[in-house]
Amino acid sequence: MSDRSAVSVLDTPNSYIGRSVSRPNAKRLAQGRATYVDDIMLPRMVHLAFCRSPYAHAEILSIDGTAALALPGVLRVVTMADLQDYCTPWVGVLDHLKGIKSAPQWPLANGKVFFQGEPVVAIVASNRAIAEDAADLIEVDYKELPPVTDAETALDPDTPVIHPELGDNLCFERSIDSGDVDAAFASAAVVVEESFHFNRHTAVTLEPRSIICDYNPADENLTLHMSVQCPHMSKHLYAKHLGLDENKVRVICKDIGGSFGLKIHTYSDEMAAGALTVMLGRPVKFIADRLESFVTDIHARDHRVTAKMAFAQDGEVTAVEMDDITGIGPYSVYPRSSGIEMNQVVNLTAGPYKHLNYRVRARAVFQNKGVMCQYRGVGHPIAVAVGEALVDKGAAALGMDPAEVRRRSFIPDDAYPYTSPSGAIYERQSHRQSLDKLVTIMDYEGLRREQRALRERGVYRGIGFASLIEVTNPSPAFYGVGGARIASQDGCTIRLDPTGGITCATGVTEQGQGTETIIAQIAASAVGVAPGQVRVITGDTDVVPYGGGTWASRGAGIGGEAALQAGKELRRNILEVAGAILQTAPENLDVRDGMIVDAKGFNERMPLAELGRLVYFRGDTLPDGLQPELVATKHYVSRSYPFAFTNAAHACLAEVDVETGLVSLLKYWVVEDCGTVINPLLVAEQTRGGVVQGIGAALYEECLYSPEGQMINGSMADYLVPMAAEMPEIYVDHVTTPTETSELGAKGVGEAGTAGAPGAVMNAINDALEPFDTRLSHMPFTPDKILRALGKT
Amino acid sequence: MTAPIIVTLTVNGEPVNRAVEPRLTLADFLRDELGLKGTHVGCEHGVCGACTVHLNGATVRGCLTFAVQCEGAEVETVEGGTDSGRLKDLQDEFVARNALQCGYCTPGMLLSAAELLEQNPAPSRDEIREHLSGNYCRCTGYQAIVDAIETTARKRVELER
Amino acid sequence: MKPHAFDYVRATSLQDIFGVLDKHGDDAKILAGGQSLVPAMNMRLAAPRVIVDVNAIEALHGIAVVGDMLRIGAMTRYVEIAASDLVARHAPLIVRAVPFIAHAAIRNRGTFGGSLCNADPASELPACVLAERAVFNISSSTGERSVAANDFFLGTYTTALEPTEVLLSVDVPLSGPDSRYFFDEVARRQGDYAMAGLAARAEVRGGVLVDARLVFFAVSDMPLMVSATAALLEGQAPGSVDAEAICEALIQNVTPQQDLTTSSVTKEHLMKVLTRRAIAAFAREEA
Ligand SMILES: Cc1cc2nc3c(=O)[nH]c(=O)nc-3n(C[C@H](O)[C@H](O)[C@H](O)COP(=O)(O)OP(=O)(O)OC[C@H]3O[C@@H](n4cnc5c(N)ncnc54)[C@H](O)[C@@H]3O)c2cc1C
Ligand code: FES
Ligand code: FES
Repeated sequence: MSDRSAVSVLDTPNSYIGRSVSRPNAKRLAQGRATYVDDIMLPRMVHLAFCRSPYAHAEILSIDGTAALALPGVLRVVTMADLQDYCTPWVGVLDHLKGIKSAPQWPLANGKVFFQGEPVVAIVASNRAIAEDAADLIEVDYKELPPVTDAETALDPDTPVIHPELGDNLCFERSIDSGDVDAAFASAAVVVEESFHFNRHTAVTLEPRSIICDYNPADENLTLHMSVQCPHMSKHLYAKHLGLDENKVRVICKDIGGSFGLKIHTYSDEMAAGALTVMLGRPVKFIADRLESFVTDIHARDHRVTAKMAFAQDGEVTAVEMDDITGIGPYSVYPRSSGIEMNQVVNLTAGPYKHLNYRVRARAVFQNKGVMCQYRGVGHPIAVAVGEALVDKGAAALGMDPAEVRRRSFIPDDAYPYTSPSGAIYERQSHRQSLDKLVTIMDYEGLRREQRALRERGVYRGIGFASLIEVTNPSPAFYGVGGARIASQDGCTIRLDPTGGITCATGVTEQGQGTETIIAQIAASAVGVAPGQVRVITGDTDVVPYGGGTWASRGAGIGGEAALQAGKELRRNILEVAGAILQTAPENLDVRDGMIVDAKGFNERMPLAELGRLVYFRGDTLPDGLQPELVATKHYVSRSYPFAFTNAAHACLAEVDVETGLVSLLKYWVVEDCGTVINPLLVAEQTRGGVVQGIGAALYEECLYSPEGQMINGSMADYLVPMAAEMPEIYVDHVTTPTETSELGAKGVGEAGTAGAPGAVMNAINDALEPFDTRLSHMPFTPDKILRALGKT
Repeated sequence: MTAPIIVTLTVNGEPVNRAVEPRLTLADFLRDELGLKGTHVGCEHGVCGACTVHLNGATVRGCLTFAVQCEGAEVETVEGGTDSGRLKDLQDEFVARNALQCGYCTPGMLLSAAELLEQNPAPSRDEIREHLSGNYCRCTGYQAIVDAIETTARKRVELER
Repeated sequence: MKPHAFDYVRATSLQDIFGVLDKHGDDAKILAGGQSLVPAMNMRLAAPRVIVDVNAIEALHGIAVVGDMLRIGAMTRYVEIAASDLVARHAPLIVRAVPFIAHAAIRNRGTFGGSLCNADPASELPACVLAERAVFNISSSTGERSVAANDFFLGTYTTALEPTEVLLSVDVPLSGPDSRYFFDEVARRQGDYAMAGLAARAEVRGGVLVDARLVFFAVSDMPLMVSATAALLEGQAPGSVDAEAICEALIQNVTPQQDLTTSSVTKEHLMKVLTRRAIAAFAREEA
């Protein structure tokens, strides 16, 4: 596995790893010179809009598109009947989630609609405005069916079954009973219990879902310009369901305006664009507008949890029992399934703690609301909030400090590798160290003193902690073993150019998190050139090695390791050529800052540009028998552990205005352990962005539905997101425990902020309200709920 | 006249004369008619601020203004502010501080920040946050943006001295 | 999310506006700042066939003292109000309200008249002009009329304006040395529409409050003037008002309307909080 040796490029003095370099590609974005999908104009391109279901559950009796088709500028008005020959349906199940089931999904409704916003008729027109005009003219006759909206009653015998062919409304169930839970509770010093509501919310990427499908019937090539995180996965899916040769499909992702898990799923409207370009032989553009985004983008986190935790007298957590029910909408989303979030809740709750007794039952049920699937943090925010709230509640019942209870309950440092009662294997974590650092940087003691003093004056501040683990660097155990063609390995190809610069093509993708920058840092360090000499190419399936793209915080850990190994291989190749030219053994040479140097003394021998010139243009002068190979490709898949777990300790300082119920977040701290930090600036900014997304969940964001299954706040005027004025300053620090599974030692960091913040905010609010003997556990924490909890309303 | 109307205006210092449908918003006009793709569209109902441009020197929502309303107006977009150098120090600071991730909000942020610094050369962090309160960013958590604007303001004041 | 097609008329005189409105009635819409109308059009919640843009009409712009009133033109933008010495001196309530409205880019465009004609029950300015007992100057092809603020707001997005009428300006009685103002709202984020808000004005004469007006917003289908409650302040010294008694009386008389995330009882509670703050503010200013 690990060949971290004394000469690892990570440790060389001119390594760029661990430095806060800014992102070269950010300049382009800052000048408005990015290319997002909607910026692309192709010859003969047509535009797509949809007539969508106004009902959550209904049968389609008839569709009349005559008036729409008659509108000047309208090219096609199509229903599912017209697309039958162009696209096959899909079912979002994975083999390794035992018993998971779902119904087939088509690009357009096939006789019935199952959620508000489901596309029913597609309109192709010369521009989007005309397509929308036409959509307004389409007459659909529906017979309303009873909507199933409440997850908690979805399995009741008298609740209608949404897909009768499935037998019931249960999508997936999983349970664990490990250790002796009943005995642990029976002998506990303290048992605490709580029921939680997690609020269905959604990604609200500023750039909405966007796609241009461009089929060229002459050569049968399909080019997809997509705002997507996993180009190779999309290539496979579009080929498969449109009946095309996968080798003739190309996915190009230039700039992406945010994704956060939103853009890794199969959406009917996007697949319809694929079917239509094949039908028409012209490029078809579909840009979801904000209103259709709210009802058709994946949602997440709609969970109801009841949980209890047992403690020994000394504060140690001894057992956890939990029941989770989650409403996932009418389909399990393809291809990753909607069982994963629930599965993560099962796997991760109370993950930092060494309790051995764990019983959980979790169920995902169908309902007639928007579909739910993986969104930044996937299950973690729920698992963390549940576990951390119970720890705080237990600490209060024991009369102990919440930080101290955590310290006593963490898996001890010498217990790693450790297998959790849910079966997760942890290589090594630094919970204690991270928490100790956290309480120091935040001046915990000082804040407690201030808290007491302010309470005397009627100012209610609270401190909330959240310790967490985050699943990163997934192995094939995540999706591959379930039969999904979602790569967990990734590759990198690095080429020395005649100029002495290098070009690096990687299968991981850039959405602004800084992938291209860290790949450049790693490649530069590994080869021995300045980062400015590295050109990184991402997001084009015709060019980059086959890989999984961006999901589950894998870019740095998996893609980075591949880049490191490819860089090292290229350096070996370079030195072999240089040795032959300079008539010395390769071991006597090194590459530094674009220069071949003596390994000892670093005397300059030859610039890489000179080596490039000789190899590429004057092969005639090379020693006999030497065939230089100035390009190297390496792939990496994590195998020794199913996942690398990042850990972190969060703390939030909140003030609750007990008169108005408004919460102000005053400060926020994170101590993060993602192993090797490749670029501290980028890690800090990923963390801050993630924390703010988690704060959104805790305070503002919720998809509100009427009992009829209508989303009633589906606009940015009514769905509140975190904005600049209310967000706290966030302090980020690090503990570094590199993973031994790779030479690079990097774990992921993209989701940890989002994972921890809802729990930390909840705990801070409850701590602030401690004098009032009340607790909140239903997110988001609106003034309405806080005032009710305070008995003011 | 749902039929096109001719508008004459100045965009980034260049005279522009176009026949446009009345329903075309300024944001779509800039993007689709003039190819100025730096103005982004995120919500089309005035909330996200991605479409922010300067109209006669003040920030407006490009999605809540019709192009036909801009007869005789001066419009500046991120492209204009880049070419003229007016946004340069802000852009440099945004890049240095990594105050942008996906970059979709960035043109709107920059134009809002430029307006603030013209009105208030030494804003407090709270004032910066207040002025950006109508510009949504899903990626950064805002702090880096506030830092970048604060640093730009400080450097400008130092340069004055 | 593109609006329906429409005809566009750039009015250069009041006559132009009347011409369009007389011809098209309900099918025509005046376009002022566009900050409420255009989102509604983009969402296709509004689909006027004709838009008459009144931005260029001189007669609708400007702020001036006319007799004992401050006249604010309908096309005056929020940003102009915020910067106006005249408004600060003569109608401070309105200046205090402006920073609570939306965000900078929207305040650069949105207009005083547009906000009033839009009559969103959660908007700040309708409550202010009601508390100020302002007078609306309205015009149509058949002549001008004046409407008291009290008679102007009829319900959610509904006013006394006929489809053929234009709001020219609003006259606000000048602030006097005895005038006291209060403006506050409780909102979840900067610039949001409030969960509840209060605009209040009173005079202090001979050491006691007279002619107090309390107008709540975001609690009903229009700005809510609570006259009976306000009357209880009459004749009391600002420093010795029994705030609890006033709050009790207040909730006897009203049942606020809930919104998406705020229940009626919460709004009721917030109305009391705001009332206490107003009473305390009047007392502080006196001290
Ligand atoms: C993101 C966002 C946040 C906002 N937040 C707030 C807030 O917190 N508080 C708040 O009060 N508002 C808020 N607004 C709305 C904003 O204040 C609007 O500007 C205002 O409500 C309407 O003014 P306008 O000039 O833009 O009018 P327009 O949108 O042009 O017109 C509104 C209506 O009034 C009619 N009208 C306009 N002028 C006249 C006239 N002279 N005579 C007759 N009819 C006329 C129009 O025909 C139309 O029906 C917000 C808007 C946005 C986009
Ligand atoms: S696109 Fe204009 S404000 Fe969002
Ligand atoms: S950087 Fe992505 S929205 Fe701001």
